Amino acid sequence: MHFGACGRTLGGRVSEDRKQGVAKARVCGGMELLFDGLTLTKATVQGPQAGGQVEMRHVIAHVKDHLLTERPDLFVSGETVRPGILVLINDSDWEIEGQLDYEVQNGDVIVFISTLHGG
Amino acid sequence: MPPRICALCKEARAVMKRPKTGQIVCRACFFWVLEEEVHQTIVSHGLFHPGERVAIAASGGKDSTVLAHMMKTLNERHNYGLELSLLSVDEGISGYRDDSLETVKRNQQQYDLPLKIVSYSELYGWSMDEIVKEVGRKNNCTCTFCGVFRRQALDRGAVMLDVQHIVTGHNADDVAETVLMNVLRGDVARLGRSTDISTANEGDSMVKRSKPFKYTYEKEIVMYAYFKKLDYFSTECTYSPAAYRGHARTFLKDLESIRPSAIIDIIHSGEALTIREDVKMPTLQVCDRCGYMSSGPLCKACVLLEGLNRGLPK
Repeated sequence: MHFGACGRTLGGRVSEDRKQGVAKARVCGGMELLFDGLTLTKATVQGPQAGGQVEMRHVIAHVKDHLLTERPDLFVSGETVRPGILVLINDSDWEIEGQLDYEVQNGDVIVFISTLHGG
Repeated sequence: MPPRICALCKEARAVMKRPKTGQIVCRACFFWVLEEEVHQTIVSHGLFHPGERVAIAASGGKDSTVLAHMMKTLNERHNYGLELSLLSVDEGISGYRDDSLETVKRNQQQYDLPLKIVSYSELYGWSMDEIVKEVGRKNNCTCTFCGVFRRQALDRGAVMLDVQHIVTGHNADDVAETVLMNVLRGDVARLGRSTDISTANEGDSMVKRSKPFKYTYEKEIVMYAYFKKLDYFSTECTYSPAAYRGHARTFLKDLESIRPSAIIDIIHSGEALTIREDVKMPTLQVCDRCGYMSSGPLCKACVLLEGLNRGLPK
């Protein structure tokens, strides 16, 4: 997966291994702070079974376990994201993509946007 | 899975689910329907009159950036005939407001609107950084200074711009949160007016304030900014823990995730409340020192300033 900054995409070749759900992810809207300033990255996420399908729930768990640097409670709540965090899969609201059950495809771009007050 | 089709145009691929209606819509229909809903809010409440000079309170954050973009769009599309400008407050918080004001300055170029920045140092002789140095980082205390000073600062900026009307980016989530906060604090006077779309000429203030996004969900504002690639600033204030409000906000977001209409429902509840006649309300008067509206002989800003200047609040 790719994880990274609003508007900027870091370069990098997406793995050809279809079984591993290689995707891009970006964090924005203030959440960069939880990721030690990280805005865009690429990550390879594995599902529970080697070679099995990878769902959004696994992506969120991966982000929490491997990318988040502080305050996991501000990002996750149970196995999903904290209410108020918007998730886009290939620039589409994850609420119409099946949310946690969405099966991640190779090369998908996942964006997490915080709706924190910026006032 | 086949791509889902937009419920409005029935042609394009839907990209988002609207929290207010549950409809799934494509990008173009989303922009259109959101803009036209705000237009309907403006028209049905008669918020503006032709030729009116209106200042957009601009912090560089998502809400005010989307508001500036939308006010400009709607003013041109529907010929409101408004003279728009941007009004920003510089509280003097380094690492936060200095950066967000850079965003506002870019917005000024992008939207081609005049910009006025009023600063706490200039108005009060104290920046927030200096106040924090003086009173320490007791968080509630810091936010009290900032909140009291900001309200007056916007009014004074409006007077400098010769504007009698300020629009703010408060969205439906903010309004619902404020209703909850006022209930939780037992602040009946504020509860009564927290759902008003406009507060006109409160006390001696000659500046009217309106919230065109009163019925607009935060999710849609963020999505609009994201899809339109609007340039906004998204760091929380370095002094802001907002503990109590934070709980109300989390509670509201939790409710919304179960029942999206909760936001609008709370606003409706707030609107329907009437304050019993025998409930004692504060009476507004004019501050002896600065002439600003006040609930006592001295307004809150002057009381706080007096303490600061004497070095009391340590």
